[in-house]
Amino acid sequence: MTHLANRRSSLVAYSRHEPGTQPESLYEPYRSTLRRAPSKPLIFLPHTLSEVTGPVYGHGNIAETDNDLTAQHQGEPLGERIIVTGKVLDSNGRPVPQTLIEVWQANSAGRYAHLKDQHPAPLDRNFTGAGRTLTDEHGAYRFITIKPGAYPWLNHDNAWRPAHIHFSVFGRAFISRLVTQMYFPGDPLLAFDPVYQSVPDEKARQRMISKFDLETTQPHWALGFKFDIVLRGPDATLFESI
Amino acid sequence: MRMVPTPSQTVGPFFAFGLTQGKACSPCIAGPDAKGERLRLLCCVLDGDGVPIPDAMIEIWQADADGKYHHPDDPKSATADPACLGFGRMGTAEDGTCMFETIKPGRVPGPAGVLQSPHLNLALFARGLLKQLYTRVYFANDPANQEDPILVLVPKERRSTLIAQLENGGRWRFEINLQGERETVFFDV
Ligand SMILES: [Fe+2]
Repeated sequence: MTHLANRRSSLVAYSRHEPGTQPESLYEPYRSTLRRAPSKPLIFLPHTLSEVTGPVYGHGNIAETDNDLTAQHQGEPLGERIIVTGKVLDSNGRPVPQTLIEVWQANSAGRYAHLKDQHPAPLDRNFTGAGRTLTDEHGAYRFITIKPGAYPWLNHDNAWRPAHIHFSVFGRAFISRLVTQMYFPGDPLLAFDPVYQSVPDEKARQRMISKFDLETTQPHWALGFKFDIVLRGPDATLFESI
Repeated sequence: MRMVPTPSQTVGPFFAFGLTQGKACSPCIAGPDAKGERLRLLCCVLDGDGVPIPDAMIEIWQADADGKYHHPDDPKSATADPACLGFGRMGTAEDGTCMFETIKPGRVPGPAGVLQSPHLNLALFARGLLKQLYTRVYFANDPANQEDPILVLVPKERRSTLIAQLENGGRWRFEINLQGERETVFFDV
């Protein structure tokens, strides 16, 4: 028992990323990284309670229409209605329950409800494009929304972002925090997108592409897409030795 | 079963309506009833040319005045201050700044049980950052900084980039420089 208690108090290490599975801070084809990526090496930080704890959320933070982006206004937004579902797991394959997921996206024409978005595509008064939800006890989540449009940006000549939904997920620890983007299968723009291509490992990159899912698809109503998210978890080798 | 974590992607320029407006914005890290010395912290984010970044997001995570985290993995969480939830998040304004209100945290155990000096854990997100950057905010003139087990891992000449300074008027200031002479120390977590 004492042994276990000792293990428990030293059980503070989270697994580290394998090389190539995450983008480096500097990726020249994505121009904005040039003046923003740190130039000096990062300092290795052993994990303490400061790193392996993080904010805890409850249902009080979520309103009823927060996970239905098509129901936040008087009328229905224009575009292709979709259902996005998936699970949040940690790197040991364990579900991450009760964790906050926030999403934001462009409308079906590729325009954000943001003052600085200059894309000459129409706004949709029935669509803001922001949602939030908590995962259930199995780590599962569900959003109803419309498929976002591709949009142009200024990174290089004739640059277009593939259709994507921005995801922000907390997980159990401040260092399991993840902000990513969900893409759609078969999008021809992925091959030309430096944000997507910034992840060196091809298999890792493909984990950001959702899958069309006939089971989630509802007849005469909406297409279903599956997007599972994996967060860093406690180092499994420590668990194994208990 | 070992699974590879999903890759990070930039938060982009248009996150405000999803992440930092309305109830998603939380400038108050510790409620008005929280124990401890109250303080205001102004954060300022500058790019490699020293130009303020108007589209960054800062998240802060901290312990209560006794050094306890409001989280089940802190063995002392049962007696943590319920008025100090410990989390804050803001977007920067046009001048690259944002201001948090909180209390000074207590000392948290570090490697081998050595107590750490009071610090805030900070994550920075922005267009151009493909993954968030982690740094820490320590407080100038705290004698515990001399024996902090993390600060000693940082080259001496760079330690000052992790230390907030008290300005006239009682407000703390923490400058984040992404590059350059005074480049802030970021951690490989
Ligand atoms: Fe976007």
